[in-house]
Amino acid sequence: MENKSKFTIKSIVAIGIGAALFFVLGRFVSIPTPIPNTTANIQYGVLSVFGIIFGPAVSMIAGFIGHTLADLSWGSPWWSWIIASGVFGLIVGLAKKAINIESGKFGLREIIIFNVVQVVAHGVCWVGVATVLDVLIYSEPIEKLVAQSLGAWGMNAVTTAIVGTLLLFAYSKTVTKAGSLQKED
Amino acid sequence: MSASLSYIKKDSPIHRLSGSTKFIFFLIWSIAAMTTYDTRVLVTMFVLGVVFFVSSGLKWKDIRFAFLFMMWLIIINLIALFAFAPEQGVEIYGTRHEIVHLFWRYSVLWEELFYLFNFMMKYLAVIPVALLFILATNPSEFAASLSRIGVSYRVGYSVAIALRYIPDIQRDFHDISQAQQARGIDLSRKDKFTDRLKNSAAILFPLVLSSLQRIEVISNAMELRGFGKNKKRTWIVERPFRRADFAAILVAVIMLAVSIGFMVHNGGRYFNPFV
Repeated sequence: MENKSKFTIKSIVAIGIGAALFFVLGRFVSIPTPIPNTTANIQYGVLSVFGIIFGPAVSMIAGFIGHTLADLSWGSPWWSWIIASGVFGLIVGLAKKAINIESGKFGLREIIIFNVVQVVAHGVCWVGVATVLDVLIYSEPIEKLVAQSLGAWGMNAVTTAIVGTLLLFAYSKTVTKAGSLQKED
Repeated sequence: MSASLSYIKKDSPIHRLSGSTKFIFFLIWSIAAMTTYDTRVLVTMFVLGVVFFVSSGLKWKDIRFAFLFMMWLIIINLIALFAFAPEQGVEIYGTRHEIVHLFWRYSVLWEELFYLFNFMMKYLAVIPVALLFILATNPSEFAASLSRIGVSYRVGYSVAIALRYIPDIQRDFHDISQAQQARGIDLSRKDKFTDRLKNSAAILFPLVLSSLQRIEVISNAMELRGFGKNKKRTWIVERPFRRADFAAILVAVIMLAVSIGFMVHNGGRYFNPFV
């Protein structure tokens, strides 16, 4: 299905379904924490799985669209965090090449790569992108943002580590391994 | 689920505007609210937003839950802002007028109250327009309006697919979680936090796999119908621009210009009544 366009039909659909999953999980399955705006977001676990399967462009746009729709369904968008969701999808999707889930192999090496990348990605998004944008757009005090963003980083990284790793491991079992056929004696 | 906002069909001047107009209006409006911190501009935007909302014929009961929820989020935010940095207003406005000292490093300051008020107004300035955009725009028109503002129709189609499949995935999620609960898998607060995360994977796994299958089915169907063969496509629900559409966009552009004009005039983003 590799054709001349940057977006294959499959990635267009994957973006749409990924965004819908992100919306449903973010909207109806969040576990609140004491830190404002911060919940244990299992949607990032699923977004990272989409990143590993379909690549950075899909998970970036799916995160951006899904988060925008979820925020709109509450009433008003929180742009700094929406953009951070997109950036998270982008960074975590970059690990697609190193992990190559379609080979069906998801061992210790892949688990470590995935988790290092997702922890870094969450750090860049919440401590980096979201914080900088909150200062620029809303002039929020840095003291509050440090607590908030470290909280978001920790919660999301733990959530993604558990949910994302389990999902990818399960997914890898459904892929037919290369060279799985053996010649009978 | 009833709390979720969605399109409400009505006949009003706002509903008759094309989807693209409402989308462009909403984008320009939020950019204007994001850039400025000027109280006068924000209050004007909020008042105008309320006027637009009233003229759309939508009722308070349509938005009551969403609005109260937003207010709740804003109030939590305001409390956190005060708790973590009680002197942020002093830093921004450069003066310090104390009303009453509370305890330790906390006092009630005019500057801080003014800063918190502005922070709240920044959200309130967008909320009526955002609500209008959600409640008065037909979702099928949304994809068309994205392509009108120059976004590739492929991305527009992704958005359309997302909107189309949200109810389906919601239903899937509901079915799966009921089935798993019947098998004793619990997501509620009775379980430990880490256990809940592990349990959520048991629900997510069938959900993600069925979604991946869905991707396969939909993309095959689109492939068979020759999706993406041409550079452009037309949209069945797209409406042509009329005079009212241009007028609405003009209003938004003027608002943005006013917001930027005040920034130039103040020599910064803030309106400072203290000097």
